[in-house]
Amino acid sequence: MNTWLTIEALGLTERATCIIDDVSLQLDAQRTVVLGPNGAGKSTLLRLIHGLLHPTGGSLNWPQPLTQAMVFQRPVMLRTTALANVIYGLKLKGYAATECERRARQALARVGLEALAKRPARLLSGGEQQRVALARAWALEPQLLILDEPTASLDPASSREVERIIKAIAGAGARILMTTHNLGQARRLADEIVFIDRGRIVEQAPVAEFFNKPRTSAAQDFLKEEIP
Amino acid sequence: MNDFNDPLVTAWQLVAGADARLADIVLLSLRVSITATLIACVAGMPIGALLAVGRFPGRRVLIVLFNGLMGLPPVVVGLLVYLLLSRAGPLGQFGLLFSPTAMVIAQAVLVTPIVAALTRQVIADEWTEYREQLRSLGASRSRAAATLLWDGRFSLSTAALAGFGRAIAEVGAVMIVGGNIDGVTRVMTTTIALETSKGDLPLALALGVILIALVLSINAVAYALRGWAERHWG
Repeated sequence: MNTWLTIEALGLTERATCIIDDVSLQLDAQRTVVLGPNGAGKSTLLRLIHGLLHPTGGSLNWPQPLTQAMVFQRPVMLRTTALANVIYGLKLKGYAATECERRARQALARVGLEALAKRPARLLSGGEQQRVALARAWALEPQLLILDEPTASLDPASSREVERIIKAIAGAGARILMTTHNLGQARRLADEIVFIDRGRIVEQAPVAEFFNKPRTSAAQDFLKEEIP
Repeated sequence: MNDFNDPLVTAWQLVAGADARLADIVLLSLRVSITATLIACVAGMPIGALLAVGRFPGRRVLIVLFNGLMGLPPVVVGLLVYLLLSRAGPLGQFGLLFSPTAMVIAQAVLVTPIVAALTRQVIADEWTEYREQLRSLGASRSRAAATLLWDGRFSLSTAALAGFGRAIAEVGAVMIVGGNIDGVTRVMTTTIALETSKGDLPLALALGVILIALVLSINAVAYALRGWAERHWG
Protein backbone atom coordinates (compact mmCIF):
# COMPACT_ATOMS: atom_id res chain seq x y z
CA MET A 1 0.00 0.00 0.00
CA ASN A 2 1.14 3.54 -0.67
CA THR A 3 1.91 5.98 2.08
CA TRP A 4 -1.40 7.26 3.41
CA LEU A 5 -0.17 9.57 6.14
CA THR A 6 3.05 11.41 6.80
CA ILE A 7 3.44 12.92 10.24
CA GLU A 8 6.03 15.64 10.63
CA ALA A 9 7.45 16.81 13.97
CA LEU A 10 4.05 16.40 15.63
CA GLY A 11 3.88 17.71 19.19
CA LEU A 12 1.27 18.17 21.89
CA THR A 13 2.08 20.04 25.07
CA GLU A 14 -0.56 20.47 27.74
CA ARG A 15 0.05 22.48 30.91
CA ALA A 16 3.82 22.40 30.38
CA THR A 17 3.73 18.59 30.01
CA CYS A 18 4.90 17.18 26.74
CA ILE A 19 2.54 14.35 25.78
CA ILE A 20 3.56 13.88 22.17
CA ASP A 21 7.15 14.92 21.53
CA ASP A 22 8.42 15.61 18.01
CA VAL A 23 6.81 12.60 16.35
CA SER A 24 7.68 12.00 12.70
CA LEU A 25 6.19 8.95 11.08
CA GLN A 26 5.29 7.58 7.72
CA LEU A 27 2.33 5.22 7.66
CA ASP A 28 1.94 2.91 4.69
CA ALA A 29 0.93 -0.49 6.06
CA GLN A 30 -2.70 -1.47 5.85
CA ARG A 31 -2.89 -2.59 9.47
CA THR A 32 -0.78 -0.65 11.95
CA VAL A 33 -0.74 -1.34 15.68
CA VAL A 34 0.70 1.21 18.08
CA LEU A 35 2.30 -0.39 21.13
CA GLY A 36 3.80 1.14 24.23
CA PRO A 37 3.59 1.24 28.02
CA ASN A 38 0.77 3.02 29.86
CA GLY A 39 0.98 6.78 29.48
CA ALA A 40 3.25 6.55 26.45
CA GLY A 41 0.85 8.70 24.43
CA LYS A 42 -0.74 5.99 22.26
CA SER A 43 -4.32 7.17 22.70
CA THR A 44 -3.26 10.79 22.32
CA LEU A 45 -1.51 10.04 19.03
CA LEU A 46 -4.66 8.35 17.71
CA ARG A 47 -6.80 11.30 18.78
CA LEU A 48 -4.44 13.74 17.06
CA ILE A 49 -4.65 11.74 13.85
CA HIS A 50 -8.44 11.49 14.10
CA GLY A 51 -8.72 15.23 14.73
CA LEU A 52 -10.22 15.05 18.21
CA LEU A 53 -7.15 16.88 19.52
CA HIS A 54 -5.23 19.69 17.91
CA PRO A 55 -1.43 19.50 17.90
CA THR A 56 0.61 22.30 19.40
CA GLY A 57 3.30 21.71 16.81
CA GLY A 58 4.07 19.87 13.59
CA SER A 59 1.65 18.67 10.97
CA LEU A 60 -0.29 15.74 9.51
CA ASN A 61 0.05 15.39 5.76
CA TRP A 62 -2.55 13.28 4.00
CA PRO A 63 -1.56 12.46 0.40
CA GLN A 64 -5.29 12.16 -0.16
CA PRO A 65 -7.89 12.85 2.50
CA LEU A 66 -9.34 9.66 4.01
CA THR A 67 -12.79 9.25 5.50
CA GLN A 68 -12.38 8.09 9.09
CA ALA A 69 -14.26 6.46 11.90
CA MET A 70 -13.11 5.74 15.43
CA VAL A 71 -13.99 3.07 17.99
CA PHE A 72 -13.20 3.79 21.61
CA GLN A 73 -12.18 1.62 24.52
CA ARG A 74 -15.56 2.05 26.18
CA PRO A 75 -18.42 1.95 23.69
CA VAL A 76 -20.68 5.00 23.96
CA MET A 77 -24.28 3.93 23.40
CA LEU A 78 -27.23 6.28 23.15
CA ARG A 79 -30.37 5.41 25.12
CA THR A 80 -32.12 3.84 22.19
CA THR A 81 -32.01 0.58 20.24
CA ALA A 82 -28.83 -0.95 18.80
CA LEU A 83 -30.17 -0.26 15.32
CA ALA A 84 -30.90 3.40 16.06
CA ASN A 85 -27.35 3.78 17.39
CA VAL A 86 -25.95 2.65 14.05
CA ILE A 87 -28.47 4.78 12.14
CA TYR A 88 -27.45 7.85 14.17
CA GLY A 89 -23.94 7.86 12.68
CA LEU A 90 -25.30 7.44 9.16
CA LYS A 91 -27.86 10.21 9.63
CA LEU A 92 -25.09 12.63 10.60
CA LYS A 93 -23.39 11.85 7.30
CA GLY A 94 -26.55 12.90 5.50
CA TYR A 95 -27.92 9.62 4.16
CA ALA A 96 -31.66 9.39 3.47
CA ALA A 97 -33.74 7.57 6.09
CA THR A 98 -34.35 4.38 4.10
CA GLU A 99 -30.69 4.16 3.09
CA CYS A 100 -29.66 4.67 6.75
CA GLU A 101 -31.85 1.77 7.84
CA ARG A 102 -30.64 -0.52 5.03
CA ARG A 103 -26.95 0.16 5.74
CA ALA A 104 -27.43 -0.08 9.50
CA ARG A 105 -29.15 -3.46 9.26
CA GLN A 106 -26.42 -4.69 6.94
CA ALA A 107 -23.70 -3.51 9.33
CA LEU A 108 -25.39 -5.17 12.32
CA ALA A 109 -25.65 -8.40 10.33
CA ARG A 110 -21.93 -8.23 9.54
CA VAL A 111 -21.07 -8.06 13.25
CA GLY A 112 -23.55 -10.87 13.98
CA LEU A 113 -26.09 -8.78 15.87
CA GLU A 114 -29.08 -8.61 13.55
CA ALA A 115 -31.14 -10.51 16.11
CA LEU A 116 -30.49 -7.81 18.71
CA ALA A 117 -31.22 -4.84 16.42
CA LYS A 118 -34.30 -3.73 18.35
CA ARG A 119 -32.84 -4.23 21.81
CA PRO A 120 -31.93 -1.24 24.01
CA ALA A 121 -28.21 -0.76 23.31
CA ARG A 122 -27.23 0.06 26.88
CA LEU A 123 -28.62 -3.20 28.18
CA LEU A 124 -26.43 -5.31 25.88
CA SER A 125 -23.28 -6.93 27.27
CA GLY A 126 -19.97 -5.09 27.01
CA GLY A 127 -18.87 -7.24 24.10
CA GLU A 128 -22.16 -6.75 22.25
CA GLN A 129 -22.00 -2.99 22.81
CA GLN A 130 -18.50 -2.90 21.34
CA ARG A 131 -19.77 -4.81 18.32
CA VAL A 132 -22.57 -2.24 17.90
CA ALA A 133 -19.88 0.44 18.03
CA LEU A 134 -17.94 -1.45 15.34
CA ALA A 135 -21.10 -1.74 13.25
CA ARG A 136 -21.70 2.01 13.67
CA ALA A 137 -18.18 2.68 12.41
CA TRP A 138 -18.31 0.06 9.64
CA ALA A 139 -21.66 1.34 8.32
CA LEU A 140 -19.89 4.60 7.45
CA GLU A 141 -17.50 2.61 5.24
CA PRO A 142 -14.44 4.55 6.42
CA GLN A 143 -11.18 4.43 4.49
CA LEU A 144 -9.38 4.58 7.83
CA LEU A 145 -10.67 2.92 11.00
CA ILE A 146 -9.00 3.99 14.23
CA LEU A 147 -9.45 1.83 17.34
CA ASP A 148 -8.28 2.76 20.82
CA GLU A 149 -7.83 -0.44 22.84
CA PRO A 150 -11.11 -1.87 21.55
CA THR A 151 -10.87 -5.08 23.59
CA ALA A 152 -9.34 -3.73 26.81
CA SER A 153 -12.49 -4.31 28.90
CA LEU A 154 -13.74 -7.45 27.15
CA ASP A 155 -13.51 -11.16 27.95
CA PRO A 156 -11.46 -13.45 25.66
CA ALA A 157 -14.45 -14.70 23.64
CA SER A 158 -15.68 -11.17 22.94
CA SER A 159 -12.13 -10.08 22.13
CA ARG A 160 -11.82 -12.82 19.51
CA GLU A 161 -15.10 -11.73 17.94
CA VAL A 162 -13.93 -8.11 17.85
CA GLU A 163 -10.66 -9.23 16.21
CA ARG A 164 -12.63 -11.14 13.60
CA ILE A 165 -14.66 -8.02 12.81
CA ILE A 166 -11.54 -5.82 12.59
CA LYS A 167 -10.03 -8.29 10.14
CA ALA A 168 -13.22 -8.27 8.09
CA ILE A 169 -13.26 -4.47 7.96
CA ALA A 170 -9.63 -4.51 6.83
CA GLY A 171 -10.56 -7.20 4.31
CA ALA A 172 -13.13 -4.80 2.86
CA GLY A 173 -10.28 -2.40 2.13
CA ALA A 174 -10.10 -0.05 5.12
CA ARG A 175 -6.79 0.91 6.70
CA ILE A 176 -6.61 -0.01 10.38
CA LEU A 177 -4.78 2.00 13.01
CA MET A 178 -5.16 0.71 16.54
CA THR A 179 -3.66 0.41 20.00
CA THR A 180 -3.78 -2.61 22.25
CA HIS A 181 -2.21 -3.97 25.40
CA ASN A 182 -2.65 -7.49 24.15
CA LEU A 183 0.56 -8.52 22.38
CA GLY A 184 -1.02 -11.66 20.95
CA GLN A 185 -3.65 -9.48 19.40
CA ALA A 186 -1.01 -7.14 17.99
CA ARG A 187 0.75 -10.13 16.44
CA ARG A 188 -2.50 -11.42 14.94
CA LEU A 189 -3.76 -8.10 13.58
CA ALA A 190 -0.76 -5.98 12.66
CA ASP A 191 1.21 -5.71 9.46
CA GLU A 192 3.40 -3.12 11.09
CA ILE A 193 4.17 -2.13 14.69
CA VAL A 194 4.84 1.40 15.88
CA PHE A 195 6.40 1.36 19.35
CA ILE A 196 6.23 4.58 21.33
CA ASP A 197 7.43 5.52 24.77
CA ARG A 198 7.06 8.83 26.64
CA GLY A 199 5.56 10.54 23.65
CA ARG A 200 8.37 9.59 21.24
CA ILE A 201 8.59 7.07 18.44
CA VAL A 202 11.10 4.44 19.50
CA GLU A 203 10.74 1.88 16.78
CA GLN A 204 8.73 1.16 13.65
CA ALA A 205 9.00 -2.29 12.11
CA PRO A 206 7.09 -5.04 10.31
CA VAL A 207 5.30 -7.20 12.85
CA ALA A 208 7.49 -10.32 12.59
CA GLU A 209 10.66 -8.31 12.82
CA PHE A 210 9.43 -6.37 15.87
CA PHE A 211 8.50 -9.46 17.85
CA ASN A 212 11.47 -11.61 16.80
CA LYS A 213 14.28 -9.10 16.68
CA PRO A 214 13.41 -5.76 18.29
CA ARG A 215 16.20 -3.32 17.49
CA THR A 216 15.93 -1.00 20.48
CA SER A 217 16.55 -1.93 24.10
CA ALA A 218 13.34 -0.13 25.14
CA ALA A 219 11.30 -2.43 22.87
CA GLN A 220 13.24 -5.49 24.10
CA ASP A 221 12.50 -4.56 27.72
CA PHE A 222 8.85 -3.89 26.89
CA LEU A 223 8.42 -7.29 25.25
CA LYS A 224 10.22 -9.03 28.11
CA GLU A 225 7.98 -7.41 30.72
CA GLU A 226 4.77 -8.05 28.81
CA ILE A 227 5.56 -11.69 28.08
CA PRO A 228 6.86 -13.12 31.35
CA MET B 1 -57.25 20.64 70.51
CA ASN B 2 -60.53 21.62 68.83
CA ASP B 3 -58.73 24.44 67.04
CA PHE B 4 -56.90 21.84 65.05
CA ASN B 5 -59.35 18.94 64.94
CA ASP B 6 -62.49 20.77 63.89
CA PRO B 7 -60.90 22.37 60.84
CA LEU B 8 -59.43 18.98 60.01
CA VAL B 9 -62.87 17.37 59.99
CA THR B 10 -64.31 20.17 57.88
CA ALA B 11 -61.32 19.98 55.55
CA TRP B 12 -61.94 16.30 55.03
CA GLN B 13 -65.62 16.98 54.31
CA LEU B 14 -64.60 19.56 51.69
CA VAL B 15 -62.23 17.15 49.99
CA ALA B 16 -64.51 14.12 50.22
CA GLY B 17 -67.52 16.10 49.06
CA ALA B 18 -65.62 17.39 46.03
CA ASP B 19 -66.59 20.95 46.94
CA ALA B 20 -67.04 22.91 43.70
CA ARG B 21 -65.23 26.01 44.95
CA LEU B 22 -62.34 23.89 46.12
CA ALA B 23 -62.16 22.02 42.81
CA ASP B 24 -62.06 25.27 40.81
CA ILE B 25 -59.15 26.55 42.87
CA VAL B 26 -57.20 23.28 42.55
CA LEU B 27 -57.80 23.06 38.79
CA LEU B 28 -56.72 26.66 38.19
CA SER B 29 -53.55 26.05 40.22
CA LEU B 30 -52.72 23.00 38.15
CA ARG B 31 -53.53 24.72 34.86
CA VAL B 32 -51.35 27.75 35.62
CA SER B 33 -48.38 25.86 37.04
CA ILE B 34 -48.33 23.06 34.45
CA THR B 35 -48.53 25.59 31.59
CA ALA B 36 -45.78 27.69 33.16
CA THR B 37 -43.60 24.58 33.65
CA LEU B 38 -44.10 23.49 30.03
CA ILE B 39 -43.09 26.94 28.77
CA ALA B 40 -40.09 26.91 31.11
CA CYS B 41 -39.03 23.49 29.77
CA VAL B 42 -39.34 24.54 26.13
CA ALA B 43 -37.25 27.64 26.84
CA GLY B 44 -34.96 26.43 29.61
CA MET B 45 -33.87 22.99 28.39
CA PRO B 46 -32.29 24.15 25.10
CA ILE B 47 -30.64 27.03 27.01
CA GLY B 48 -29.25 24.56 29.55
CA ALA B 49 -28.02 22.19 26.83
CA LEU B 50 -26.29 24.97 24.90
CA LEU B 51 -24.67 26.24 28.11
CA ALA B 52 -23.36 22.70 28.67
CA VAL B 53 -21.90 21.97 25.22
CA GLY B 54 -21.52 25.41 23.66
CA ARG B 55 -18.41 27.50 23.28
CA PHE B 56 -19.16 31.19 23.10
CA PRO B 57 -18.03 34.32 24.91
CA GLY B 58 -19.93 34.97 28.12
CA ARG B 59 -20.81 31.32 28.66
CA ARG B 60 -19.36 31.18 32.17
CA VAL B 61 -21.10 34.41 33.14
CA LEU B 62 -24.41 32.99 31.91
CA ILE B 63 -23.89 29.76 33.88
CA VAL B 64 -23.29 31.72 37.09
CA LEU B 65 -26.27 33.94 36.25
CA PHE B 66 -28.68 31.05 35.71
CA ASN B 67 -27.44 29.24 38.81
CA GLY B 68 -27.99 32.44 40.78
CA LEU B 69 -31.44 33.01 39.30
CA MET B 70 -32.55 29.63 40.67
CA GLY B 71 -33.01 31.41 43.98
CA LEU B 72 -35.00 34.29 42.51
CA PRO B 73 -37.55 35.57 45.10
CA PRO B 74 -41.08 35.06 43.72
CA VAL B 75 -42.29 38.47 44.98
CA VAL B 76 -39.54 40.18 42.99
CA VAL B 77 -40.53 38.26 39.85
CA GLY B 78 -44.15 39.20 40.57
CA LEU B 79 -43.19 42.84 40.88
CA LEU B 80 -41.20 42.84 37.61
CA VAL B 81 -43.95 41.10 35.65
CA TYR B 82 -46.47 43.47 37.27
CA LEU B 83 -44.48 46.46 35.99
CA LEU B 84 -44.31 44.89 32.50
CA LEU B 85 -48.02 44.16 32.31
CA SER B 86 -49.49 47.19 34.11
CA ARG B 87 -51.37 49.74 32.05
CA ALA B 88 -48.35 52.05 31.81
CA GLY B 89 -45.93 49.19 31.23
CA PRO B 90 -44.45 48.07 27.90
CA LEU B 91 -46.96 45.20 27.58
CA GLY B 92 -49.83 47.11 29.19
CA GLN B 93 -51.87 47.32 25.98
CA PHE B 94 -52.69 43.60 26.13
CA GLY B 95 -54.60 44.00 29.40
CA LEU B 96 -53.16 40.82 30.87
CA LEU B 97 -52.68 41.95 34.46
CA PHE B 98 -54.84 40.09 37.02
CA SER B 99 -55.52 37.23 34.60
CA PRO B 100 -54.39 33.59 34.69
CA THR B 101 -52.15 34.40 31.70
CA ALA B 102 -50.25 36.92 33.80
CA MET B 103 -49.77 34.24 36.45
CA VAL B 104 -48.45 31.81 33.84
CA ILE B 105 -45.97 34.43 32.62
CA ALA B 106 -44.74 35.17 36.14
CA GLN B 107 -44.29 31.51 37.03
CA ALA B 108 -42.59 30.74 33.72
CA VAL B 109 -40.08 33.53 34.40
CA LEU B 110 -39.53 32.17 37.89
CA VAL B 111 -39.06 28.56 36.77
CA THR B 112 -37.07 28.89 33.52
CA PRO B 113 -33.72 29.52 35.28
CA ILE B 114 -34.31 26.50 37.51
CA VAL B 115 -34.98 24.22 34.54
CA ALA B 116 -32.05 25.70 32.58
CA ALA B 117 -29.54 25.35 35.42
CA LEU B 118 -30.56 21.78 36.29
CA THR B 119 -30.58 20.81 32.59
CA ARG B 120 -27.09 22.22 32.17
CA GLN B 121 -25.87 20.01 35.00
CA VAL B 122 -27.42 16.85 33.52
CA ILE B 123 -26.21 17.57 29.98
CA ALA B 124 -22.71 18.56 31.12
CA ASP B 125 -22.32 15.15 32.77
CA GLU B 126 -23.51 13.40 29.61
CA TRP B 127 -21.25 15.56 27.45
CA THR B 128 -18.13 14.37 29.24
CA GLU B 129 -19.14 10.79 28.44
CA TYR B 130 -20.34 11.32 24.85
CA ARG B 131 -18.16 14.16 23.65
CA GLU B 132 -15.47 12.26 21.74
CA GLN B 133 -17.89 9.80 20.17
CA LEU B 134 -20.27 12.53 18.98
CA ARG B 135 -17.42 14.64 17.61
CA SER B 136 -15.94 11.58 15.91
CA LEU B 137 -19.27 10.98 14.17
CA GLY B 138 -19.23 14.58 13.01
CA ALA B 139 -22.02 16.04 15.16
CA SER B 140 -22.04 19.83 15.40
CA ARG B 141 -22.40 21.31 18.86
CA SER B 142 -26.03 22.22 18.38
CA ARG B 143 -26.72 18.73 17.02
CA ALA B 144 -24.89 17.27 20.02
CA ALA B 145 -27.00 19.41 22.36
CA ALA B 146 -30.20 18.10 20.75
CA THR B 147 -28.95 14.50 20.91
CA LEU B 148 -28.04 14.82 24.58
CA LEU B 149 -31.39 16.42 25.45
CA TRP B 150 -33.17 13.43 23.94
CA ASP B 151 -30.75 10.96 25.46
CA GLY B 152 -31.08 12.56 28.90
CA ARG B 153 -34.87 12.76 28.73
CA PHE B 154 -35.42 10.62 31.81
CA SER B 155 -32.91 12.47 33.97
CA LEU B 156 -34.36 15.74 32.74
CA SER B 157 -37.77 14.85 34.14
CA THR B 158 -36.23 15.73 37.50
CA ALA B 159 -35.48 19.24 36.27
CA ALA B 160 -39.05 19.65 35.04
CA LEU B 161 -40.39 18.38 38.37
CA ALA B 162 -38.23 20.74 40.38
CA GLY B 163 -39.61 23.56 38.24
CA PHE B 164 -43.19 22.41 38.74
CA GLY B 165 -42.66 22.06 42.47
CA ARG B 166 -41.41 25.61 42.64
CA ALA B 167 -44.31 26.93 40.53
CA ILE B 168 -47.15 25.20 42.34
CA ALA B 169 -45.80 26.13 45.78
CA GLU B 170 -45.04 29.82 45.32
CA VAL B 171 -47.37 32.58 46.57
CA GLY B 172 -45.64 35.89 45.98
CA ALA B 173 -45.61 36.11 42.18
CA VAL B 174 -49.18 34.90 41.52
CA MET B 175 -50.50 37.04 44.34
CA ILE B 176 -49.05 40.22 42.82
CA VAL B 177 -49.84 39.65 39.13
CA GLY B 178 -53.04 37.64 39.66
CA GLY B 179 -54.55 39.72 42.41
CA ASN B 180 -56.19 36.72 44.12
CA ILE B 181 -59.60 37.52 42.61
CA ASP B 182 -62.26 35.05 43.72
CA GLY B 183 -63.25 32.73 40.91
CA VAL B 184 -60.74 34.22 38.47
CA THR B 185 -57.18 34.15 39.71
CA ARG B 186 -57.45 32.47 43.08
CA VAL B 187 -55.09 29.49 43.35
CA MET B 188 -54.25 27.13 46.19
CA THR B 189 -51.38 29.06 47.71
CA THR B 190 -53.04 32.48 47.57
CA THR B 191 -56.23 31.02 49.02
CA ILE B 192 -54.33 29.41 51.87
CA ALA B 193 -52.66 32.74 52.66
CA LEU B 194 -55.95 34.65 52.50
CA GLU B 195 -58.16 32.17 54.37
CA THR B 196 -55.60 31.72 57.12
CA SER B 197 -55.45 35.47 57.69
CA LYS B 198 -59.29 35.57 57.73
CA GLY B 199 -59.39 32.71 60.22
CA ASP B 200 -61.16 30.26 57.88
CA LEU B 201 -58.87 27.41 58.67
CA PRO B 202 -60.83 24.44 57.22
CA LEU B 203 -60.55 25.63 53.61
CA ALA B 204 -56.91 26.62 54.09
CA LEU B 205 -56.10 23.29 55.65
CA ALA B 206 -57.98 21.30 53.01
CA LEU B 207 -56.02 23.08 50.30
CA GLY B 208 -52.79 22.53 52.18
CA VAL B 209 -53.45 18.81 52.35
CA ILE B 210 -54.34 18.66 48.65
CA LEU B 211 -51.24 20.67 47.71
CA ILE B 212 -48.95 18.32 49.59
CA ALA B 213 -50.73 15.23 48.26
CA LEU B 214 -50.46 16.52 44.69
CA VAL B 215 -46.77 17.29 44.92
CA LEU B 216 -46.05 13.93 46.56
CA SER B 217 -48.04 11.88 44.07
CA ILE B 218 -46.58 13.66 41.02
CA ASN B 219 -43.11 12.99 42.38
CA ALA B 220 -43.98 9.37 43.06
CA VAL B 221 -45.25 8.86 39.52
CA ALA B 222 -42.16 10.51 38.07
CA TYR B 223 -39.90 8.39 40.27
CA ALA B 224 -41.62 5.21 39.12
CA LEU B 225 -41.48 6.32 35.50
CA ARG B 226 -37.77 7.05 35.76
CA GLY B 227 -37.10 3.71 37.38
CA TRP B 228 -38.97 1.95 34.60
CA ALA B 229 -37.09 3.95 31.96
CA GLU B 230 -33.72 3.12 33.49
CA ARG B 231 -34.51 -0.56 33.56
CA HIS B 232 -35.79 -0.38 30.01
CA TRP B 233 -33.09 1.78 28.39
CA GLY B 234 -30.15 1.55 30.81
